[in-house]
Amino acid sequence: MNKPHPPRHRRRAFDWSTAVIALLSGAAALTVYWRDGPAQFLAVLDSDLWLFAGMVPKVLAGCLIGGYVALLLPREQVARWVGHESGMTGLLIAMAFGFILPGGPFTIYPIAGAFLLFGADAGTVVAFIVSWTLIGYTRALVWELPFFGADFVLWRIALALPLPILAGILARIAVRAGFPVKEPDKEPDLATGKEP
Amino acid sequence: MLAIDLMLWLFVGALALAAGMRGRVLLTEGARTGVTDFVHLLPRIGIGVIGAGFLAEILPKALIAPWLGAESGFTGILIATIGGALTPGGPVVGFAVGAAALKGGAGAPQVIAYSTAWALFAVHRLVLYEVPMMPPRMVWLRALVCVPLPFIAAAAAMLVGKP
Repeated sequence: MNKPHPPRHRRRAFDWSTAVIALLSGAAALTVYWRDGPAQFLAVLDSDLWLFAGMVPKVLAGCLIGGYVALLLPREQVARWVGHESGMTGLLIAMAFGFILPGGPFTIYPIAGAFLLFGADAGTVVAFIVSWTLIGYTRALVWELPFFGADFVLWRIALALPLPILAGILARIAVRAGFPVKEPDKEPDLATGKEP
Repeated sequence: MLAIDLMLWLFVGALALAAGMRGRVLLTEGARTGVTDFVHLLPRIGIGVIGAGFLAEILPKALIAPWLGAESGFTGILIATIGGALTPGGPVVGFAVGAAALKGGAGAPQVIAYSTAWALFAVHRLVLYEVPMMPPRMVWLRALVCVPLPFIAAAAAMLVGKP
């Protein structure tokens, strides 16, 4: 079970998904060079470098926001609050926190674990994670906007607004229908949200 | 774009001020965590952004419009959803490929299905982050109830006729 303040997740300097993407990118770059000539290769590289340069300050800001929020957020307070709210209110609060909390997966999942620890039910935790994934504003501003532009991103988010609540309700239905979310013996009872 | 940068940095300033008022240690610790994450992410974003441009260039454009275009309907959404779930993680890959497909003639609902599925299921994020940090059954429940979401998002985009 996760504790509210788990040890910081270790991240390696090398990871396979980056390596795979680097290989694919290299192959694609070579293909463009041989097929379309050096002029086209440089044109693509030039537009990519500009896009990248535009992202750098956003990414640094996003990382700093994540770093400070992780420190300043009264996690236990938040988790206790979310954990004790049930019904639709619980889902709405979880969704609101998913929207406002910045940070990457290494800050979000420990917080979701803390929600469970303080008695949040499975639906609430699902609504939180889905909300962070689909409508979290730092993700959208830092990562999505440079690629898609404001109009597309705003519409995508508007259309995704009901989804965290829907996922939370579906999770509650699944638990009620017998999805074995309760780990034997050691976990809090996720079906009712009560500590054992 | 500039307004967004400004807003983000104002937010950084406000948070740094809040941390600084609670003590110097908090101020430097937050900055250290943020900069460490930044240094860790920067090469990955560089590879993602630059690679995505070249990948977009060699995407078989002749295939995008018929398979993922606005006319491709539910089949296109299904292909986009499966493609999104199978795209490896990393912060930008899914967005980059989605934007490239959009430029290459994919329909907006199909692209929304793709990036939604990628955000929810990207295999590497699920396995490397979510499973080690959450009770595994919770993760499988989360994944299960998220299966309909890319389809609902795409259907909503079709109904509204936007973006």
